[in-house]
Amino acid sequence: MKTKALLFASAFVAVAASLPAMAQQTATSPTLDAIKARGFLQCGANGNVAGFGLPNAQGVWAGLDVDVCRAVAAAIFGDATKVRYTALTAQQRFTALQSGEVDLLVRNTTWTLSRDTSLGLEFTGVNFYDGQGFMVKKSLNVKSAKELNGATICVQPGTTTELNLADYFRANNIRFTPVVIEREEENVAAYLAGRCDAYTTDISGLASVRASRTPVPADHVILPEVISKEPLGPSVRHGDARWGDIVRWVHYAMLEAEESGITSANVDSLMTSTNPNTQRVLGVTGGMGAMLGLDNKWAYNIIKQVGNYAESFERNITPLGIERGVNNLWTKGGLMYSPPIR
Amino acid sequence: MAGQSAGSGGRNDDNAMRFSLSDPTFRAIFWQVVVVGIVGFCGWWLISNTLTNLATRGFTTGWAFLSREAGFAIGETMIEYGPQDTYGRAVLVGILNTLRVAVIGIVLATILGTLIGIGRLSKNVLVAGVCSTYVEFIRNLPLLVQLFFWWAMFQDSLPGPRQAIEALPGVFLSNRGVKIPVPADHWIHAWMGVAFLAAIVASYFMARWARVRQAATGEQFPVLLATIGLLAGGPLVVWLIGGAPVTMDWPVLRGFNFQGGLTMTPEFAALLVGLVTYTAGFIAEIVRAGILAVPNGQTEAASALGLRRGPMLQLVILPQALRVIIPPMTSQFLNLTKNSSLAVAIGYPDLVSIVNTTLNQTGQAIEGIAMIMAAYLTVSLSISVLMNWYNKRIAFKER
Ligand SMILES: N[C@@H](CCC(=O)N[C@@H](CS)C(=O)NCC(=O)O)C(=O)O
Repeated sequence: MKTKALLFASAFVAVAASLPAMAQQTATSPTLDAIKARGFLQCGANGNVAGFGLPNAQGVWAGLDVDVCRAVAAAIFGDATKVRYTALTAQQRFTALQSGEVDLLVRNTTWTLSRDTSLGLEFTGVNFYDGQGFMVKKSLNVKSAKELNGATICVQPGTTTELNLADYFRANNIRFTPVVIEREEENVAAYLAGRCDAYTTDISGLASVRASRTPVPADHVILPEVISKEPLGPSVRHGDARWGDIVRWVHYAMLEAEESGITSANVDSLMTSTNPNTQRVLGVTGGMGAMLGLDNKWAYNIIKQVGNYAESFERNITPLGIERGVNNLWTKGGLMYSPPIR
Repeated sequence: MAGQSAGSGGRNDDNAMRFSLSDPTFRAIFWQVVVVGIVGFCGWWLISNTLTNLATRGFTTGWAFLSREAGFAIGETMIEYGPQDTYGRAVLVGILNTLRVAVIGIVLATILGTLIGIGRLSKNVLVAGVCSTYVEFIRNLPLLVQLFFWWAMFQDSLPGPRQAIEALPGVFLSNRGVKIPVPADHWIHAWMGVAFLAAIVASYFMARWARVRQAATGEQFPVLLATIGLLAGGPLVVWLIGGAPVTMDWPVLRGFNFQGGLTMTPEFAALLVGLVTYTAGFIAEIVRAGILAVPNGQTEAASALGLRRGPMLQLVILPQALRVIIPPMTSQFLNLTKNSSLAVAIGYPDLVSIVNTTLNQTGQAIEGIAMIMAAYLTVSLSISVLMNWYNKRIAFKER
């Protein structure tokens, strides 16, 4: 009997000890292997913000962030539809990624030092450069955020927004009262009901709320102040660098395609292009896909099924009334820049 | 175990335990040691594994974050707090906010629940009907839905601060909450508090004295009236000694909102009303069951002794009903406290809401959850201990 218990215990120890060892021996990405075995990508997204992540009435997800998920699926499976989405609130998103509930988090999430380090995330790039702003009712007759002294402000918890808000008022030596409600719907409802004088979040989010959630968008103004830098981007867990590489280069492929003039419409005809860069991007030469552990036609599939970055932007963000601005390519005065695919 | 071995000890002259699995005593001890060992090992394995995993993924652990600057603001606080304060202080604000809604909620739910429970037994068909409908309705709707209902009610039915309704002079109702004037800060208030505490102690001794005197002489003393007099009179006298300061802190509309006065926010109000009405539905049933559990003969016997309805309830029915009521009541109090964690949905900054924000920013989920568990456990155990003590005190003493 005793020996049995001992055996049991030693089996436990053996398994426990071998777990980290097994992880180290795998040459490819364990996350990628798991996704392939499962047959679909599990993507953590925003289920509420039109333009970034929102399922339509048929349950089909759309948005700039959603397009990143679709592009990753296209790169892995050659099929942009092999994604399942988990709608996450600001509070839930990091735990969902850390615990492995999702493979990838693309939910208008700001890249910050503490998230990159102490939350154990790895940001793979920036798919939208944003900043925080305030929206107020026009009838309030407020022209600048500096006039918000004593105002009540609705804000979502677990966001950089909550922190920037406190910073901004401290820096300007003015006071405010926060109303912190977990879900976006109730937050917007509280703002519309007049519980709060202002609603604050990323300016893209404000534009989205104004366009899609207010009865009369023209009754609301977004104040001119941009009080923070909000580089929004996809993130993965620490510890699987190869998986991070894949997500990073999927985004770059979309930028590179825009820069090289490859679109979903002309990608097929460009397969016979003699331009060496185009040939490399589309996997005709160079074997770039294999280096990532993917099919060589990875970028072709992304462009064919999802489009380049400009196509994704125009489909999702332009309808909100947001200009390309800093989100333009570096060649056009913006910040979007892909390292060479070679 | 000793009894076991003695009972089956016929085969062993000296009755000693043998180190063999065929000996029942040894077998029992052996398996318990094995089970405890396995559980302990699994616990150790889980903890050490978690710690290793956290370390390999580069997570920070430990409690150092509690003394770092929190950086976020909190809408309603019972103590001074600003974004420059620490996470530790933010968590304390959360604990106090949770206690505030729980304590007030428990008192109000008990009163409302008792009234409805008694009402359900009323001979008046209308009263009984209304009370039963209330109980059935409230208990069968999810609490979160009810919270959202009250939240939307307070927010949508009241005007903005600039059109606030002045219900009484200086009392304003708006979608920013209820504003009431309060006496402006004065040093005498602290001494009035001391006088109030002293009055509580005095009332206790007075009640004891009255009981002893009644037992000895049969003379009754108006304990209730005297207690009220002490509680109100003590602080009043101190206030008069302090020069009767009458300066009030009036709420006035300045800029976006009212400044000054005391505020009850719509979030707090919605949470409180939601928790009280919901829990009262359950308490009503407990009270009703408790009263029904007292045999009819007791009532008849009491009226045969010539007791009027008041003393009859107070001296005969309630003491017996309470024995049935207290234990399930304890779990309703615990439920109310735990349900208050739904606060974040409607924007009341309770403990869970603040710890969630904290762990979202620090990534220290394990420490955060441990704090929530420790806080709720402490509150729950305190309620249990208090209620058990009360239960023992009122328990039927068989003579
Ligand atoms: N970029 C900020 C804020 C992101 C954020 O959560 N924005 C809100 C307001 S637009 C949102 O997406 N809410 C949608 C939801 O929670 O369903 C961050 O990463 O902390």
